[in-house]
Amino acid sequence: MAGPVARPGKGTIVKSAVIKADHLDLVFQTNDGPVHALSDVSLSIEKGEFVSFIGPSGCGKTTFLRCVAALEHPTGGSLSVNGMTPDAARQARSYGYVFQAAGLYPWRTIAKNIKLPLEIMGFPRAEQEERVARVLELVDLKGFGNKYPWQLSGGMQQRASIARALAFDADILLMDEPFGALDEIVRDHLNEQLLALWARTGKTCLFVTHSIPEAVYLSTRIVVMSPRPGRITDVIESPLPKDRPLDIRDTAQFLEVAHRVREGLRAGHAYDD
Amino acid sequence: MRSVLPILTVVMAILALWYGAAVMLNRQWTLDQAARAGQDLTIAQIVADTMAQDRPKLPAPHQVGAELWNTTGAMVLEGRAFTRRSLIWHGWVTLSATLVGFGIGTGLGILLAVGIVHNRAMDMSVMPWAIASQTIPILAIAPMIIVVLNSVGISGLLPKAIISAYLSFFPVVVGMVAGLRSPDRMQLDLLRTYSASPSQAFWKLRWPSSMPYLFTSLKVGMAASLVGAIVGELPTGAVRGLGARLLAGSYYGQTVQIWSALFAAAILAATLVGIIGLIQRITLKRMGMAR
Ligand SMILES: Nc1ncnc2c1ncn2[C@@H]1O[C@H](COP(=O)(O)OP(=O)(O)OP(=O)(O)O)[C@@H](O)[C@H]1O
Ligand SMILES: [Mg+2]
Repeated sequence: MAGPVARPGKGTIVKSAVIKADHLDLVFQTNDGPVHALSDVSLSIEKGEFVSFIGPSGCGKTTFLRCVAALEHPTGGSLSVNGMTPDAARQARSYGYVFQAAGLYPWRTIAKNIKLPLEIMGFPRAEQEERVARVLELVDLKGFGNKYPWQLSGGMQQRASIARALAFDADILLMDEPFGALDEIVRDHLNEQLLALWARTGKTCLFVTHSIPEAVYLSTRIVVMSPRPGRITDVIESPLPKDRPLDIRDTAQFLEVAHRVREGLRAGHAYDD
Repeated sequence: MRSVLPILTVVMAILALWYGAAVMLNRQWTLDQAARAGQDLTIAQIVADTMAQDRPKLPAPHQVGAELWNTTGAMVLEGRAFTRRSLIWHGWVTLSATLVGFGIGTGLGILLAVGIVHNRAMDMSVMPWAIASQTIPILAIAPMIIVVLNSVGISGLLPKAIISAYLSFFPVVVGMVAGLRSPDRMQLDLLRTYSASPSQAFWKLRWPSSMPYLFTSLKVGMAASLVGAIVGELPTGAVRGLGARLLAGSYYGQTVQIWSALFAAAILAATLVGIIGLIQRITLKRMGMAR
């Protein structure tokens, strides 16, 4: 999928949306009155896309991801995941969720941590081993299966948590600032690996970040959001080729996209006083 | 090895203070005796006498040590370790009630904590009662438990064990509620994304997370159990157990016996808590949680 995402038209195949949000609304009732976390959010994400969500704190990025994961329930509008309700999609193991913190169990080795979802979902034992070995290799952690989390660096722990989300073959990967707590150098490295992993597995990725370069480097599409109420202010298609070495970030094309994202963010902020 | 010197220093300081206090407290009796006999004592004689009285106000450390040895090690050598004169026998009586009570209290405490964490109604209702139960002085309630159970024909170990359980379930409830609630929202959400059942969440996340809390509560609970068993022995007519030794000692002014029973109780408590500490170390190490 190089270049802009194909628009419906002559000669293009209309793909079915993996995630389809229609006029989504979510209002939290809090002690200080209602909080409009999502307002009229409409978005359609197709199979194999890498979509980043960027915006100031409190604009509802996490909330949107949590709605997709059926961890929150919208108060208005409709949302379908893989053609099902979010709850049904979860039952069907449609997505893996990666949180900002790796959240590995300190009493389990890396391999056993990756096995956690497999045990809960009742995979046969032999298959568990096989899957653990496969995803460990996928995130470049071969040979670390018997280590405990504290024996690994923060970046390796986060890779292990991605492996855990991949272990049960969900075709959607939801990531909420997965590299937010890591330093820039480690983050660059992980971005590169994540892109390679995405290319190899063809998963649909939803990725929340605060970093413009990260969003531009990774995404086929960038969703810019703005707070109070949380809403989408801009959706930017990336013209960058699918094959992206790290130094693509110095090209004029990359800077141009980054500039557009920055403009989008600024426009969203204009509503603030 | 480096910790030996500070510990030794502290022990020496305590012993010195103790001897000093023994001289101060027991001096008056020595002087009274001497005055009655019309004797004049040198300071050295006074000090020597304060450490060798039959019923001192405060026995000197070596007197307690000798009594402890005479009622334990010496009895073993004579082959009379399990007779009524032996502190080992009394210690065993107390220990068995302590362990049974500790088992009941721990089991009950864990069950209540599980209920509190999983059931909102229990959360609202059990905790206030548990706290209220601990505000009643155990000395007031122990005789009632003994008398009531005696009247229905239950005596011996069980009433004491129940008092032990009454004291030891509380730290376990408090600790385990905190432990089972220690996983943060993110970890619970992660399990929700796997559609994990409550029992899976319990065994895979809540229970292992609560282990450090459990062992800390067990240590407190064990010490409380021992106190419960000793208190439970006081109203029984002072026939058996460390509590009985304490009471009999105070009836007859046998301060040396009181102090040796106190030390036996302290040594027992330290040993029991030490054993739990050891199990804790081994368990957490095997779980990979100790660094
Ligand atoms: N469970 C909740 N109860 C009440 N309000 C909530 C809840 N979760 C989120 N909110 C509110 O909804 C709004 C959006 O929150 P959200 O966490 O989605 O923001 P975000 O874009 O992820 O921010 P950040 O970049 O800081 O992570 C915020 O105002 C937040 O306070
Ligand atoms: Mg967030």
